[in-house]
Amino acid sequence: MGFPDPYNAFITQCEPEKKGEGRLSGYTIAIKDNISTRGIPTTCGSRILEGYIPPYNAFAVDRVLAEGAIIVGKTNMDEFGMGNTTENSAYGPTLNPVDTSRVPGGSSGGSGAAVAAGMVRLALGTDTGGSIRCPAAFCGIVGLKPTYGRVSRYGLIAYANSLEQIGPMARSVEDVALLLNVISAYDSRDSTAVPKPYDHAPDPNIQGVRIGLPEEFFGEGVDHRVAATVYRAVERLEEQGAETVPCSMPSMQYALSAYYTTCMSEASSNLGRYDGVRYGLADDFRKHWHQAFQEVRQKGFGKEVRRRVMLGTFALSSGYYGKYYLKAQTARENVRADFARLFTMVDLIAGPTMPTVAFRLGEKSDPLSSYLADILTVPANLAGVPAISVPCENVHGLPTGLQLIGRYYDEERVIDAAYAYEQTTKKGG
Amino acid sequence: MGVIIGLEIHTQLSTASKLFCGCSTDYRNDGPNTHVCPVCMGLPGSLPRINRKAVEYALKVAKALHCEVCEEAEFARKNYFYPDLPKGFQITMYDRPLGVNGYIEIEGDDEEKQIRITRVHLEEDPGRLVHMGGGDRPRYSLVDYNRSGIPLLEIVTEPDLRSPQEARRLLNILRATLEYLRVFDGDREGSLRVDANISMEGYSRVEIKNISSYKGVEKALTFEITRQKSLIRRNQTIDRETRHFMEARGITTSSRSKEMEQDYRYFPEPDLRPLRVRDWVEYIPLPELPSARKDRFMIQYGISLNHARTLTGDLRLADLYEKVARVDPVLTATWIADTLLGELYYRDIGIGDVPISQFIELLELLKKGSITGKGGVDVLRILLDEVAGKKPVEYPSAIVERLNLGKTAGNEFLHLAKEVIANNPTAIEDYRKGKKGALNFLVGQLMKKTKGRADPRELGAILEALIAGKETEV
Repeated sequence: MGFPDPYNAFITQCEPEKKGEGRLSGYTIAIKDNISTRGIPTTCGSRILEGYIPPYNAFAVDRVLAEGAIIVGKTNMDEFGMGNTTENSAYGPTLNPVDTSRVPGGSSGGSGAAVAAGMVRLALGTDTGGSIRCPAAFCGIVGLKPTYGRVSRYGLIAYANSLEQIGPMARSVEDVALLLNVISAYDSRDSTAVPKPYDHAPDPNIQGVRIGLPEEFFGEGVDHRVAATVYRAVERLEEQGAETVPCSMPSMQYALSAYYTTCMSEASSNLGRYDGVRYGLADDFRKHWHQAFQEVRQKGFGKEVRRRVMLGTFALSSGYYGKYYLKAQTARENVRADFARLFTMVDLIAGPTMPTVAFRLGEKSDPLSSYLADILTVPANLAGVPAISVPCENVHGLPTGLQLIGRYYDEERVIDAAYAYEQTTKKGG
Repeated sequence: MGVIIGLEIHTQLSTASKLFCGCSTDYRNDGPNTHVCPVCMGLPGSLPRINRKAVEYALKVAKALHCEVCEEAEFARKNYFYPDLPKGFQITMYDRPLGVNGYIEIEGDDEEKQIRITRVHLEEDPGRLVHMGGGDRPRYSLVDYNRSGIPLLEIVTEPDLRSPQEARRLLNILRATLEYLRVFDGDREGSLRVDANISMEGYSRVEIKNISSYKGVEKALTFEITRQKSLIRRNQTIDRETRHFMEARGITTSSRSKEMEQDYRYFPEPDLRPLRVRDWVEYIPLPELPSARKDRFMIQYGISLNHARTLTGDLRLADLYEKVARVDPVLTATWIADTLLGELYYRDIGIGDVPISQFIELLELLKKGSITGKGGVDVLRILLDEVAGKKPVEYPSAIVERLNLGKTAGNEFLHLAKEVIANNPTAIEDYRKGKKGALNFLVGQLMKKTKGRADPRELGAILEALIAGKETEV
């Protein structure tokens, strides 16, 4: 039964279905396992959701099915999206198809690996602080985090609601654009969604587009070989008629702290529902409910999830709320303001997606060094602006990603620039 | 010793669907967990979507309670664990409620007074635990999420109340107001729940939770005053604590739990946008409210303050009055307020079940003087017994005829009056000596013989005439 899965990209494999009619007719697609699928187990990479079978489809899943796509399976991920290696999964780590001694990135590592390995044409990932772009960069594929509000989150199992979006992953910018097109229809069930469906075919003409290069994206902590690769990619864009502008994003200094404080706070609340009463891992409830809850949560959540829930609980506690959660929101405002300021001067911001190439398995065992690797991806989530990762040259045989960040709802320009760059790599190699 | 009371009132709003999903709120006659969906079950990935009707209802209340409506209201999460809470948090409002600084006017113990309203906000009801295996120590509990997501309005008062009676009156006027606004159905079980803060002036405050009826509020507060006063008398301290009201036993007990120390970790609900309510509330019209209607009743119908207050204290009662007032406003007010209400209460009949056309005919008979007051009461009782027994309801004229209750002209009872005089020589003697009370005694005797079919004043006149020897003039 099932298909070979040498990289452990899938948690659940689905029975092959007949292809439907539509724009994705016959396209195989992998769905990250934190996106609800009716009748198909959805685990978030966690033991706590063991046995849970959603009775409904996420909006994005309904959309891809309506356009004729074939769901191949549910992909592995860091538990509840908490990680950037896909090692924090109750279902074991996913391996990077480019180099199996390395991680595929995360948290949508299963989706990234499945696409990179050619097991599927398309994948849905989710991006809370880089979880689509990081595996795209590490696996050498294209991944887009849409503008916050562009794609309905209905059915996306929440980790950090104010930051995350469902987004497309594929081997080409064209496929990413097509999948965005399909999933960005308006859905009134998500109150934070905005009716702005994406409807644009990639156009490689980027004549006169101004691209900002914030010094922070090429500075301390960024591998100089990765930085050099991305600079070369930007030069290609200049050759296509784009102008580059050196700039600065001082708010980056506090972006990581603001990001982790916010996502942990929201997670501590979102994950409160996993108590074993209604679904998922069940325990012996012949004891005081309080004790039963503790035992289920202790058993069901992995170490990183417990860490983030505890830190988030702390950050929201009375007496600390102002010091942590509120302060993080102020820092978040500063990031938004920085982007707003920059986007009066430039149309796009470019930089590396990740500061390094893919880590070795087990390399990021200390949480803080893992958190630091998110520095270049979290600003787009904090502000809610769209960002894409498109593969650029390899460094020592390992993929790197060029990240392009745009204005709110300006996926058109983000995708066009990524497409323009992709075309140059096809021509010139 | 002064008593200081503040209330936190939770009322279910009578919207057709729940606060954040499309599930019907009309679940009381259905089995457990039949009015649920991914949203109100808190399934992973589901998102709340605001029911605009519920916001409109809540804004109506805020407006009627003279609240300042905030520019924007924002939902927040109140995080805590409990088996009836499907998401691990309740969506409520915290530092940005719908309305603040309102007031409600009540009839105080001494005079009319204003009770200040601190805030009005909207939140979702959790599910409900059903404890199985009986008694104080249930063997296990079941959870029913039908109630989960029902819109609740929380109304918090300042500690302006000075007695349990004032608290009860506040609830009565509030209930009437909610009914006038058509946002509340008091007949629904569990539709009103109250937490009360109470302290003796100068002593610690105690919170009483879990009061689910109007009578309960008065009872719980009265019990608590007695308890606290006796502690003070014995020089014992009053702990600042949360106590639970045991409705059945009429007492409060210390909940011992550490609920006071619970940290709810409020933060803004990221799945909902703030509501722009100040502009919205401008366009929401208010109907005539109880106090305005009371004033109008006094002017338009010329009835007393007490009658007007009673009649307008309940929307259906006021509506009933206005339907039948044309017969004779004052007579009608008296009959509804002083007789009908008690008879309905006695039989546990709702105001909506009063047979209108029969009641109008009864009032007409009374107005014409075709039956006596006592006869009227008899007819009304028969009517209401028929209603209670779900029998066809007769017309008063038919009942009067059937039971021969028609008021008879006085002189028909002449021979009975003569009998009474003949049988009570002592009373006649007393009367002649100037003891007016003796006449009342004689009238009473005669009333007995006429079985209440005659007007006592008329009988009095007959007796007086007979005693004075003017038989022929009668």
